[in-house]
Amino acid sequence: MKQLFGRPAGLTDILQRYCPGCGHGVVHRIIGELLVKLNIRERTIGIAPVGCSVFADEYFNCDMIQPPHGRGPAVSTGIKRSRPDCIVFSYQGDGDLAAIGTAEVVHAAARNENITIIFINNAIFGMTGGQLAPTTLPGMKSTTSVQGRDIKKQGYPIKVCELLSGLDGPYYLARTAVNAPKNIINTEKALKTAFTYQIEEKGFSMVEILSMCPTNWGMTPVQSKKWIENTMVKYYPLGEYRNRAKEEK
Amino acid sequence: MAEKKLMYGNHAIVEGVLAAGCRFFAGYPITPQNEIPEFMSIRMNEIGGVFIQTESEIAAINMLFGAAAAGKRAMTSSSSPGISLMQEGISYIAGADIPVLVVNVVRGGPGLGNIAPAQSDYFQATKGGGHGDYFTITLAPNSAQELYEFPKIAFELAEKYRNPALILADGLLGQMMEPVEFSYKPINPETLPEPPYALSGCKNRERRIVRSYDLRPGKLEAWNWQRQKKYEQIVANEQRFEATACDDAELIIVAYGTCARVCDAAARMARTKGYRVGLLRPITLWPYPSKILSALSKKTEHFLVVEMNMGQMVDDVRLATECKKKVFFHGRPGGGVPTPPEVFGKIETILGGAR
Repeated sequence: MKQLFGRPAGLTDILQRYCPGCGHGVVHRIIGELLVKLNIRERTIGIAPVGCSVFADEYFNCDMIQPPHGRGPAVSTGIKRSRPDCIVFSYQGDGDLAAIGTAEVVHAAARNENITIIFINNAIFGMTGGQLAPTTLPGMKSTTSVQGRDIKKQGYPIKVCELLSGLDGPYYLARTAVNAPKNIINTEKALKTAFTYQIEEKGFSMVEILSMCPTNWGMTPVQSKKWIENTMVKYYPLGEYRNRAKEEK
Repeated sequence: MAEKKLMYGNHAIVEGVLAAGCRFFAGYPITPQNEIPEFMSIRMNEIGGVFIQTESEIAAINMLFGAAAAGKRAMTSSSSPGISLMQEGISYIAGADIPVLVVNVVRGGPGLGNIAPAQSDYFQATKGGGHGDYFTITLAPNSAQELYEFPKIAFELAEKYRNPALILADGLLGQMMEPVEFSYKPINPETLPEPPYALSGCKNRERRIVRSYDLRPGKLEAWNWQRQKKYEQIVANEQRFEATACDDAELIIVAYGTCARVCDAAARMARTKGYRVGLLRPITLWPYPSKILSALSKKTEHFLVVEMNMGQMVDDVRLATECKKKVFFHGRPGGGVPTPPEVFGKIETILGGAR
């Protein structure tokens, strides 16, 4: 029998431990495919965060490192400056990147460090069980905001693409989602662009990806996809926030 | 004879690090070690190495984690408050069995403290420092010459045992000018072999993972026991010290770093006055030179520990001598530096008045 579909060589055969309907698997697959399509798997070093995707070090079929919570951009910098020929990506969740690791990502972007950040925004702390994230929407319930996020007490969410757009440094910033086929295709395009700019030594690229967390949102996978479309995208608009290649033309 | 130069201790560290073949520095400004990043930025630029002034000490130690995991010799320097910020990273690096070099030019604490020389980070340096069961190899230089020579030793020990190494200096050593002899041939980093853990892209080999976690039942415990065996080897094989006039001593001063310089003068003063006083200078603070102390405690009655803190290393002396002999302490915390007459006064008191 002829095999028509399988895992890309950029992913290992290890069974992924993500919940049903979680967006990590979709993003992992896109990255795994791109490592092969761009022919960079054998010179790529990936960084797994602290959070649900800590296990990404087992799932990506390339050299991997698992650093302290939020420090992916700093570790990436150390690797990239030591091995400029390697392709370096840091995979991070919203707690990792937008809470504890805010300083590291802002400064890596400001330096226009030639690395790629893949930022999964699911508006919640996943691994620890659904606590308030810096990206939790106003009014959204979490285990540490059971009445819903009260902006008077917990302030406003951080819009990372918009925040980093205020810097001169970053070369490429985009926000996509993985809730629907069209958005998944756009996510692949954005990630391909981000990796390509790194290969071309253009500098810092980040793709923020709105992603489902049915378990901690208390929704079914289908409801989660609709919630991204109807609610999350309105607060976090999709699109390119910086593309210096276009600006320079 | 090798080239000799009059240098600041902090500049000597830079030359020592570069001669050791290190081409990666990341760090954040803090007094009294600023001459290290300043001079390093100039020298790395000259020789084509990496110098990054980071947004924080947290970023610095994690950049080291990345560079060292990529198989390169990497170092940072800081002073006490900055080293506290690095502890999470050092714990991860120790947990991942990766060698790096961290230099602490210690200042007075706790808190922001002051910028005067101190030895108050002894516990932090020698008992782990961050969370989890681990130790860092800790070297204590007492001159600009040793500040030049110890980075090479530290890298070699760190790589031999795949463990972070610390150099514990202080503000006085860093700021003092002394002649430095460039006593060994600089290492060309290109000649250093790629370590077996190095992340470099998985072409023609199995992929590699550098991490400090293992959630599988029993696996982390086994990994920690394995690391414990490494620590036992380090303790058995790597104790370093300098013993001066200890053989016939009725009192042995135990002091390291700047205090050892002060106590050397005090011991000489005591000898001229008829007191048989020796000096034991620990060079490795972890592993602590317990074997020699244990041996010396069989024939010497009095030990005097002198530190620029409220009494930290003194505990290790009590342990090494198994509290069988009298262990006295003289300390100056908060940036105070003892003087030779001050230490001599203490000796006179212990040994029963003027002779």
